[in-house]
Amino acid sequence: MMTTHTATAPSGATAALLSVRDMTVSVRDRGVVRPLVAGLSFELYPGETLAIAGESGSGKSITSLALMGLLPNNVTVTSGQALLDGVNLPDLPEARMRAWRGAKLAMIFQEPMTSLNPVHTIGSQMTEAIRAHEAVSRGAARSAAIEALRRVRIPEPERRMKQYPHELSGGMRQRVMIAMALALRPALLIADEPTTALDVTVQREVLDLLRELQAETGTAIILITHDMGVVAESADRVVVMRQGRMIESAPVDTLFTAPKQEYTRALLSAVPRLGSGAARAKPLPPTASVPVARLVGAQVHFDIGANFLGRPTHRVHAVEGATLDIQPGETFGLVGESGCGKSTIAKALVGLVPHAGHVEVDGKALGGLTSLGRRQICRDVQMVFQDPMAALDPRMTVGEAVAEPLLIHGIGTAAERHARAADLFARVGLTQDQMTRYPHEFSGGQRQRICVARALALKPKLIICDESVSALDVSVQAQVLDLLEELQAEMGVAYLFISHDMAVVENVVDRLAVMYLGQIVEMGTRDQVFGNPQHSYTRRLLDAVPIPDPQRKRPPQPQRPGDLPSPIWPIGKAPARVHLRDIGDNHLVAQEA
Amino acid sequence: MAGYLLRRLIQSTLILLGVSFVTFLLLYVLPADPVRQIAGRSATAQTVENIRAQLGLDQPMLVQYGRYLAGLVQGDMGRSYLQKTEVATLIAARLPASLLLMAGGIACELLIGLTLGIVAAVFRGRPLDQGLMVVSFVAVSAPQFVVGLLLLYVFAVQLGWFPIGGYGTAAHLVLPALTLGIMGSGWYSRMMRSSMVEVLRQDYIRTARAKGLGRARVLIRHALPNAILPIIAMIGIDIGIFIGGIVVVESVFGWPGIGQLAWQAIQRVDIPIIMGVTMVSATAIVLGNLLADLITPLIDPRIKLR
Repeated sequence: MMTTHTATAPSGATAALLSVRDMTVSVRDRGVVRPLVAGLSFELYPGETLAIAGESGSGKSITSLALMGLLPNNVTVTSGQALLDGVNLPDLPEARMRAWRGAKLAMIFQEPMTSLNPVHTIGSQMTEAIRAHEAVSRGAARSAAIEALRRVRIPEPERRMKQYPHELSGGMRQRVMIAMALALRPALLIADEPTTALDVTVQREVLDLLRELQAETGTAIILITHDMGVVAESADRVVVMRQGRMIESAPVDTLFTAPKQEYTRALLSAVPRLGSGAARAKPLPPTASVPVARLVGAQVHFDIGANFLGRPTHRVHAVEGATLDIQPGETFGLVGESGCGKSTIAKALVGLVPHAGHVEVDGKALGGLTSLGRRQICRDVQMVFQDPMAALDPRMTVGEAVAEPLLIHGIGTAAERHARAADLFARVGLTQDQMTRYPHEFSGGQRQRICVARALALKPKLIICDESVSALDVSVQAQVLDLLEELQAEMGVAYLFISHDMAVVENVVDRLAVMYLGQIVEMGTRDQVFGNPQHSYTRRLLDAVPIPDPQRKRPPQPQRPGDLPSPIWPIGKAPARVHLRDIGDNHLVAQEA
Repeated sequence: MAGYLLRRLIQSTLILLGVSFVTFLLLYVLPADPVRQIAGRSATAQTVENIRAQLGLDQPMLVQYGRYLAGLVQGDMGRSYLQKTEVATLIAARLPASLLLMAGGIACELLIGLTLGIVAAVFRGRPLDQGLMVVSFVAVSAPQFVVGLLLLYVFAVQLGWFPIGGYGTAAHLVLPALTLGIMGSGWYSRMMRSSMVEVLRQDYIRTARAKGLGRARVLIRHALPNAILPIIAMIGIDIGIFIGGIVVVESVFGWPGIGQLAWQAIQRVDIPIIMGVTMVSATAIVLGNLLADLITPLIDPRIKLR
């Protein structure tokens, strides 16, 4: 597919820093050579941000690894060029490529949690990167590293140097990665999904930071992402890829206002947008006398640490006095950042963690249940998790997996169970002949459909969707969300929808609660919370959501000093409980100090 | 930390107590009669009973065990029935040789095993890797007495590089240590390979390469410390297997260690020596495991002892 390069250098520079020409990257597998990226061409100018956008399998990550010379052994650049300052990167011998890597072109990765070596301190990993390229003393490298940490606004950089990666939060670790990548002021920075694993408020901070640093240093950035909101906020130009091929390349404004290709249009329309949820008019289900689930002052604590006698010293207040109810047939959203306790509430509801306070399912209190009673509860509450591959036994056919809940609860004969599983397969849009296959033979979206079918097997009253669509591509995500909605209309099942993605939540929920540090700080109908957010934390969450519209660039949000406060308290102390106030029509808001 | 150590030491003591009881019980119910061994075949029934009473072997099992334990607490491991010497003296004379052999064996095992494992992991999927894994399989499957005799024949008898047997110089140590280490090196090369392959797949290895570090530095500084963590715990457990190997290797090479002492004692039902060697071995295993657990947090900062 031919594409016109209409874009010119944004800052008046004439020569492209990086010029990729008709590059093809192929994998050799058992003698067969198959292209992963075919005929990719683009140019990148100094100081510019180019986004490579696409869904999984589009070849965007392979492209970045090819530029870095970090392709796996059986993957090579088979044709075309990638010229950095006129030097063709794939031709560069390993010794010279090594000298450039980290110095002239640097990279940051998706997973800050695993991208730093757990056994070395931050300081040693940073100075090592500097000393790999510059003949400087340990002390000089150390000062340079501290300076780099300061540039990425890490508080107390001297102390961080002595810390190990596990002592830092995800956002802090990604800052360290950025500091490390930018310490030597590379001409090109490749950021491969740099914020995908981060909470939305942290994502915003990291994107702001990248933009500021780019303004300071003039580094050109290739931003690889699946998130069109991030593209709109950060990129100057966009390359859209699909299945290894470039679909479209355009300046960001043009791409969003006048996408030329059908695929780009489909991709853009599948993006969940904040503010579009209000268009979906659906009356709230009536309040029933018996809610499917109810929490009153529920608490979940975990003890950690140990003193001389092996007694715990600290307590994680994962859930601190949560009160909420979920009505039959409604979708109740639970939002908040990682560690806020939203998944813990889900676990408490199915009895996976011990709780204090009152938790009931379908009018039956969970506390003091016999094991038989607890099993009954399991029939009423089912879960659908984030990673469908991890949630399905790889050695069990998907048909067996869907029928298994029936088997466990001793329902029906083998033939009846099979028939029921076949029904469920048909219901979630799969065919009966697929039942004898194994999970690895399906795509991510299909696997999640299988998980939904399994959750439906026992005709539960409540299905807990814990980040169930977060790992899916946007187009697939939209399909699964539609399926969930259809199933609800048909069977009247209620959902507890847990997500960090505010735009998705706005599109699917009837009511929601916002959690912060184990406590609910705001709760109400979708229109109340999204239309009239009252608590500062709710507003902060909403403000941080990237908007897939390049016309609406927002000013950087004020930096939060350091990390989120911790829900860990010494034994004997407890966090202050917030007090929820009804500001009208059951819109509950925590009073702020 | 102090609390952790204290608790582990209490645990260890309980384990040793358990080992001593089980071993004592097994020896008590053994059909072989130690008194017959001492008295000889021609002894009269009266002599046999006298010796039995003299050694306290006519007492109920629990009384005997209690006496043994009381002695043990005071550092008295009893006297050998046949050698008429303090067990503690016998063991003390032979323990250094065994410890030396064990250290040599572990060194061989790790040196060979870890090196092969790392090389195989770096060349994973290629002919060199496959070749090394065949070698490691042979090493694991070869019985120690066969390996020992083979090494003796080639390097001592034919080539004359090392002495045939005995104890005293560094040259004496080479073949026994090698014999002891080869089997373990097969295990360790396989474990190290899979651990290393796993670590080389990790994101932080990619980060290290993206920083522009050389291959050797990525391997030694970033991959090795992470890959070796599961191996360390294994070494602690392995000491038990080693002690079994020592009995064989000491016999083959005439190495004057506690393995030989134990072997002779078992043949003659010399219960105090069997008990003594068992207790010393069990202590070594318990301490080895404790040591491995103490070393791990020095490498992995995520592990805290408490």
